[in-house]
Amino acid sequence: MNWNLKSDRPIYIQLVEHLQLAIISGLLPPGSRVPPVRELAAEAAVNPNTMQKALQELEQSGLVQTQRTSGRTVTQDAARIAAVKTAFAQGEARAFFEKMRRLGYTPQEVAALAEEAARQAGPDRQQ
Amino acid sequence: MEPILECRQLFKDYTSCRALAGVDLTLYRGRIVGLLGPNSSGKTTLIKLAAGLLAPTAGQILVAGHVPGPETKSLVSYLPERTYLPDWMTARQVICFFADFYADFDSAAAFDMLQRLGVRPDAKLKTLSKGTKEKVQLILVMSRRAQLYLLDEPIGGVDPAARDYILSTILTNYSPDATVLISTHLIGDIEKILDQVVFLRGGQVDLCATVDEIRAERGCSVDAFFREVFKC
Repeated sequence: MNWNLKSDRPIYIQLVEHLQLAIISGLLPPGSRVPPVRELAAEAAVNPNTMQKALQELEQSGLVQTQRTSGRTVTQDAARIAAVKTAFAQGEARAFFEKMRRLGYTPQEVAALAEEAARQAGPDRQQ
Repeated sequence: MEPILECRQLFKDYTSCRALAGVDLTLYRGRIVGLLGPNSSGKTTLIKLAAGLLAPTAGQILVAGHVPGPETKSLVSYLPERTYLPDWMTARQVICFFADFYADFDSAAAFDMLQRLGVRPDAKLKTLSKGTKEKVQLILVMSRRAQLYLLDEPIGGVDPAARDYILSTILTNYSPDATVLISTHLIGDIEKILDQVVFLRGGQVDLCATVDEIRAERGCSVDAFFREVFKC
């Protein structure tokens, strides 16, 4: 994983987002083991306490579970992961429309641009 | 839990100036703390008091509940801002020297780090560059299994690639109940690994907060916030 942390926002929030993305993109599949805190902290070059806080946040949101015996795993709950994924995609779409609005485009114009970009991107890979 | 370092109304006067003017500070175990402040704000004096090299003029400083002295020196691993190692020795010899001196010294870890940083164990210290000497000294300090690490400007003369390795060494080498206090001006390089920062100004604690508190409240990095607070 490439962590690429920005310097102007709280680190733990960026770690939460990063791990969330790893889970919804399938990089950390449902039910898989989450690496230990110290390992993740060393990889991201952050303080272990900060990484711990990020993982606790993910636990509270239900994406990660603590196993009684050892360590943490990604939830098996596919609906939970799908819900977070949808919310993430909606957020990205809203952010894109907001950015285009600041450039002076109306939502309709942006939608037309998006449709054209979709055509250029080719047919749906899942078909 | 008992604090690892505690200062109460700590004062230190030198002949012609006051270096610390009433520092109140409590640091707990398991933290990496940045000691930040402009030049002559008292960072080195505070570290020297904690290391037991200076005696307070007034007030109290306690390391793991003890006044700095022989007991605390076995708990504290101190990196001074200047190198003090005899330069006719080789890296291998200073490692053996430290292993004799400190019961908590891990020689295998020290040789491993030397190798990772590409320092030849049989090179005499006087033949090494400033940055390489600093690396050797930091390796010695981090190879102890101490409770409190006091690092005074540990990465100043070290190249950026080695800096990253040294920071990851600090991250992976301190035990969960040890605390690392780092004084530095290279805030941008180290703020990601810090839990907490202490700003000193004119010998007093100006601010004590976590890195994420500063980022959340100010919307900028600790580095940017420092530049704003201490703007000349």
